[in-house]
Amino acid sequence: MTGPYKIAIRGAGVTGLWQALTLARRGHSIIVVEQSTEPFTDACSPWAGAMLAPRCEEESAEPVIRELGMRGIQLWQAAYPDLTSAGSLVVAPARDRTLLDRFERMTEGGSRLDATQLEELEPDLIPRFDTALFYADEAHLNPEAALHFLLNEVRNAGAVVQFGTGETPDGADFIVDCRGLGAQDMLPTLRGVRGERIVVRSPDIAFERSIRLLHPRFPLYLVPWGEDETGANRFMLGATSIEREDGGPVTLRSTLELLSAAYVLDPAFGEAEILSLGAGVRPAFPDNRPRIITSSGYIFVNGLYRHGFLLAPVMAEMVAHYLETGVTHPEVFIADFGQR
Amino acid sequence: MLELYGTKFSSRMLLGTAGYASPDLLRQAVEASGAEIVTVSLRRESARAKTGQGFWGLIEELGRRVLPNTAGCHTAKEAITTAQMARELFGTNWIKLEVIANDDTLQPEVFGLVEAAAELNADGFDVLPYTTEDLSVAERLAAAGCEVLMPWGSPIGSARGLANKTALKTLRAYFPDTPLIVDAGLGAPSHAAEVMEMGYDGVLLNTAVAKAGNPVTMARGFARAIEGGRLAYEAGIVEPRDMATPSTPIAGTPFFKIDNAS
Ligand SMILES: Cc1cc2nc3c(=O)[nH]c(=O)nc-3n(C[C@H](O)[C@H](O)[C@H](O)COP(=O)(O)OP(=O)(O)OC[C@H]3O[C@@H](n4cnc5c(N)ncnc54)[C@H](O)[C@@H]3O)c2cc1C
Repeated sequence: MTGPYKIAIRGAGVTGLWQALTLARRGHSIIVVEQSTEPFTDACSPWAGAMLAPRCEEESAEPVIRELGMRGIQLWQAAYPDLTSAGSLVVAPARDRTLLDRFERMTEGGSRLDATQLEELEPDLIPRFDTALFYADEAHLNPEAALHFLLNEVRNAGAVVQFGTGETPDGADFIVDCRGLGAQDMLPTLRGVRGERIVVRSPDIAFERSIRLLHPRFPLYLVPWGEDETGANRFMLGATSIEREDGGPVTLRSTLELLSAAYVLDPAFGEAEILSLGAGVRPAFPDNRPRIITSSGYIFVNGLYRHGFLLAPVMAEMVAHYLETGVTHPEVFIADFGQR
Repeated sequence: MLELYGTKFSSRMLLGTAGYASPDLLRQAVEASGAEIVTVSLRRESARAKTGQGFWGLIEELGRRVLPNTAGCHTAKEAITTAQMARELFGTNWIKLEVIANDDTLQPEVFGLVEAAAELNADGFDVLPYTTEDLSVAERLAAAGCEVLMPWGSPIGSARGLANKTALKTLRAYFPDTPLIVDAGLGAPSHAAEVMEMGYDGVLLNTAVAKAGNPVTMARGFARAIEGGRLAYEAGIVEPRDMATPSTPIAGTPFFKIDNAS
């Protein structure tokens, strides 16, 4: 295997765009076909936080997510100037302190902060929280901005992007299928996991890094999205994980849960303005791990679940290596159609 | 054998399906546990049918008896509606009835519970009520037609073990023939063993397994503890003795006091 190749990519979510960017920059000739007529209107991707939190995610994900995710952050750092690399914090209400211990036990690379250290990072958490876990090498980004940036870069790298076509173009050496849940027609074990989120803005809240609030039933994370045109800071509050495949409107209950949790994090959220409420559906395999499934010239990249932004660049790098050298990562690649 | 509403089970463990890192991990934990009954929460995980097919397909593939629950319902009415949806969706009359009084402790709302139990039993359901250890409530539930009772060990997800052992023993004594299952609050296999040694018929777990460092190994640990506790109960446990009052002569020590011998 050497190339360069003619490669068709199906789907322009974060997975497809990273494939296109990586492969185009490596000299392959790329065409991306996306079913929706407008960018990102039918994708999971714009719903993300998006935290790049490989260490924190290990609380409920397997070590391979952390390993790949650390590389994912590096690749974002190299490609995307607006990435915020400020680390992330994890806090728990005093009564649920044992959840913080569990979180620390299930993850690595976090450091315990005392109140003074925490105050230096996020003064607004004081005095409600007097300790936290800090993961210094994690990052976050605004998904919408990042997706538009990627789309631009893909075009700048010489790839053709066509909207409004669900068909695969003829004549490609390889097809990379990044259709997310759209690939359920060919991947029967792929399922959707709903995630709800609320976007708010407030001129009074100034968190700089993503923050997770642990709770046995109503966990919350917050991702700062920077200023809007009024100069107020925007925040994404998320996100539930519900075994449902529809992206319909958010329920009152989820809203109450997310907003109550936000209020616990900082009562100043009481005065924040709600900009949007909505739900996206994450594509996932039964083990919630990402897969690259190869079947002669057809390659699926799917099941990125809660980690699409984190992992998309690494998945692209792995596909490129595979096409150019035949090398595969044993924990991610599946060559057998029967196992998908 | 455990018998619930006419069906016999060789495992005495019931396992909840919420909170696992992935459906695949859930499957492995269920397999390791040997549980023949799995509970599923209907409230949000796709109550409006057809929307969580991916997940339901995976639950069905477990090949276990499904016990839907009404987790998160706060009123009898809500619980009844949820039970009816569950019957439709899973094709089963079984329902683990939960009516919650307080979102923080997830304490059962016993008045609504009794009301809903009566109505559901009359409607042909086989109700397994999640209740407190309170005897009077248990009596009301039995009178309302419940053939199984599921008192809590301690608040859901607290992992604290048995908060009120005395009352649980009382309950066992008052209901010698009703299947009694401790539901909620257990954290360690030793808690489950304790339940079984008291002569309880089974244990229902979720968080203790789902949130364990290694859920699959923990499921196995619980299965063994439950079996061990049950065997101990069946065998008859030696009564503890107060070693401060020796009953056996100890060499060189008189075993009665001369003074008291008269
Ligand atoms: C609330 C929420 C919060 C999240 N937070 C984070 C986070 O903090 N960090 C993180 O890393 N991830 C996060 N995620 C996960 C992340 O959003 C997903 O993993 C990721 O978006 C999946 O991207 P994808 O490109 O594989 O799929 P999608 O974004 O769904 O893209 C698939 C594309 O394929 C197109 N398509 C479908 N059928 C066809 C066809 N026949 N032909 C052509 N095109 C087709 C679709 O229109 C779509 O544009 C979150 C998700 C949600 C819902």
